[in-house]
Amino acid sequence: MMVDALVEALGRIVGPRWVRHRRAELKTYTMDGLPTRESYPGLVVMPGTAAEVREILRLLHLTDVPFVARGAGTGLSGGAVADGEAVLVALTRMNRILRVDPGRRRAVVEPGVVNARLSEAVAPLGLYYVPDPSSQAACTVGGNVAENAGGPHCLKYGVTTNHIAQLEVVLPDGSAVTLGSPHGEPWGPDLVGLFVGSEGMFGIATAITVRLEPMPPSVRTMLADFPTVRAASEAVSSVIATGIVPAAMEMMDRACVAAVEASIYAAGYPTDAAAVLLVELDGQPDAVDAEARIVEAILLERGAGAVRSASSPADRARLWQGRKKAFGAMGRIAPDLAVQDAVVPRSALPDIMDRIAEIRDHHRLSISNVFHAGDGNLHPNISFDRRDPEVAHRVHVACTEIMAACVAAGGSITGEHGVGSDKLDYMPWIFDAETLAAMRAVRRVFDPAERANPGKVVPIHTCREWRAARGHSLVGGVR
Amino acid sequence: MSDVVHGRLRALLGTGGVERDPAGLPRAIPDTADALSLVCRLAHEEGWKIRIEGHGTWLSADAPADLAVSTRALDQVLSVSPADLVATVQAGTPLEALRRRLADDGMWLALDPPGRPERSLGSIVATASAGPLRHGFGPVRDHVLGCTVATGDGRLVKAGGRVVKNVAGYDLTKLQVGGFGGFGIIAEVHLRLRALPRADVTLVARGTRDTLTSAARDVMAAELVPAALELLSPALGAEADWSLAARFLGTDAAVQSDVRRLAPIAGLAWQPLPPDRTAGFWGLVARGSQGGPITLRLGVLGDGVDDTIDLLAHDLDEGLLSAGAGAGMIRWTGDAPVERLRAVRRSAAAREIPMTLERAPWAVRRALGHFGAYREGVGQIVGRLRDTFDPGQCLQVALEGGA
Repeated sequence: MMVDALVEALGRIVGPRWVRHRRAELKTYTMDGLPTRESYPGLVVMPGTAAEVREILRLLHLTDVPFVARGAGTGLSGGAVADGEAVLVALTRMNRILRVDPGRRRAVVEPGVVNARLSEAVAPLGLYYVPDPSSQAACTVGGNVAENAGGPHCLKYGVTTNHIAQLEVVLPDGSAVTLGSPHGEPWGPDLVGLFVGSEGMFGIATAITVRLEPMPPSVRTMLADFPTVRAASEAVSSVIATGIVPAAMEMMDRACVAAVEASIYAAGYPTDAAAVLLVELDGQPDAVDAEARIVEAILLERGAGAVRSASSPADRARLWQGRKKAFGAMGRIAPDLAVQDAVVPRSALPDIMDRIAEIRDHHRLSISNVFHAGDGNLHPNISFDRRDPEVAHRVHVACTEIMAACVAAGGSITGEHGVGSDKLDYMPWIFDAETLAAMRAVRRVFDPAERANPGKVVPIHTCREWRAARGHSLVGGVR
Repeated sequence: MSDVVHGRLRALLGTGGVERDPAGLPRAIPDTADALSLVCRLAHEEGWKIRIEGHGTWLSADAPADLAVSTRALDQVLSVSPADLVATVQAGTPLEALRRRLADDGMWLALDPPGRPERSLGSIVATASAGPLRHGFGPVRDHVLGCTVATGDGRLVKAGGRVVKNVAGYDLTKLQVGGFGGFGIIAEVHLRLRALPRADVTLVARGTRDTLTSAARDVMAAELVPAALELLSPALGAEADWSLAARFLGTDAAVQSDVRRLAPIAGLAWQPLPPDRTAGFWGLVARGSQGGPITLRLGVLGDGVDDTIDLLAHDLDEGLLSAGAGAGMIRWTGDAPVERLRAVRRSAAAREIPMTLERAPWAVRRALGHFGAYREGVGQIVGRLRDTFDPGQCLQVALEGGA
């Protein structure tokens, strides 16, 4: 289909003002949160309803045009970036909270609802939506579903997949299907579990039934500083070994703390410590008090210089702001920030931190570490200037070496940011050809023509049953 | 035919790797994931039908087939990491054996599925059978970090990983948990463990069903966090009346706090169980769910528990029934003709409640299917997924019912 004809046909579905195709208009959509992947989509369409999504996908199916779904574009793996052959389906207009059922602790939302806005909306009911990625002030629930997003409080309460009960999905051929049930018990095999984290390659979720949880009656946030990252890591394991499951256990190294404290997000973290640990407990007040005493004793016994508790909700918010804005604070150090995401078994944390320091020194780079220590999910972040190709190359090599070290320690290449296009090359490090082929086959069940977010997640050339990717002509050409 | 199959299996696995079941059917007993995949590949190439078996304690070993494949020799705990709270176990490992092994290191797997203690992990994962602890610790899927599966045509697919947080690739593990073997035979599972709780207290109240369901709602509203809050029918509780059992696990402080706050709720006379009787009590609940030939589970939102029990009591009977009062999972065990079960599934579906047939003789499974009354479009997706994992349709698993 000619690009003009496609613009016109999409305009008839959503209204001409919701189709963008001029280069200047497309600029906003050339990247997500990953600075190293940039590409202009063929055009952008912004549906306002599920019915429009169905019509759009039906049209793209009939005209054999690939598409990429996008929420707020805060993803960190280049997953929501489209090339010139594809239509970018931006879902930010679909931002309505359709239903809230406080008695059953469920809400039904459109994919473009901003994560934090959902929690704000249900707060008067004493409820909240648990997964809290650092980008929650901007990222959308639809994007969270696509990536199976996590966040600091996932240690106790689980990641996105644990909080989604039902999905209304438009498949890449434009047909609609409802997966799961309002309760959460799957209606047949667990297709909701399969869909969450499929990175926009199985279809577009247009209505998402989420679980809501009651706000804990009491919360205690504690801050401890440690002379070494190793001591802090061991403290984390010791806490978990007691059977106490903190709501969150977050660690920041010296470089990260320095960046935070030099920024407008300064939280009063001690800048002379090698590592700072944030531990949050929640539950009934008397239980939280008792568990806080146990945790404090462990932290001190494991070498903490001091343990202080947030004295007020404002104090607590300040402690958390430093952590949640850590990426923003690091971003101020240099023009670009390579945000990494890897997982290791918790017991491997101290060794892997030593290894990252070696890699940092060898490549003469600036790395700050902030991580979900409780579940071994690391974010070593490299501040750099990508305009210097030699530096950019060193960053690339260092990232690869860090990832290799995490995989060698028995870990995974991503804990919450997804594979997208950024980590395609790492997939064969943790999955054999047979398993990658099975993933591809499952994708083709939902999307036989492989038009939904093409080229992401599964590196096709390493699949056992490799077949040449079919050649797409450009949108502008005759198909 | 049977002799041919037996001979080919013996050639593949050696004499010790094959036997005959009581009816004379050849039964392969592979002891490695690779051997399991070879058996599947052979069956696929020959067009033989496979009956999947574990220890034979849960699902009747009665699916018609050319051979049985038992996971009972895949019974090794391959690795346990106390520092990371993860374990990798072969699918035939009995739950009780794993429990003992983990307790030595101060850990446990927070699952209390229906059935006998020697039920295999593979069976628990494949049927996604969670018990009362689902309330506090989530469904089976929350405990499975990854798994290795032999597909119906003998490929080994290694889904997920051994870390507690992982979004690399599509989440194929979710398809296997509760897939009833329709997408392959589970060979190994990576499990998420927990530190053994210091305190484990169960309190039981008795009364009419209405009193107890109302009390359960009060417990939920008071924001207590029981590990289990289970309503038991008189038959299942072996009592004259209904029972509501609340189990609290955790640190002494947290458990004592909740127990103190439980007492005044709804004016029930909560009886604490003596500590030495707690495990026995929950063990009886688990085994009680095997007291009839058919077990169903239905997922119900909190306030729908009452109506759904009414529905079951009306269309079937009260049976051996347990209901997670907070988690909204109702499990019914008893006996009923297929037509009645089908009617219950239809009535439940009309109320947005999925009904899963967890356990039944083959004739019932074949007629009714583990799943059914799918929403529009779901059946086609499930069918195509099965083609992907079992292209030769070798695995005798009745995911959906026949005509």
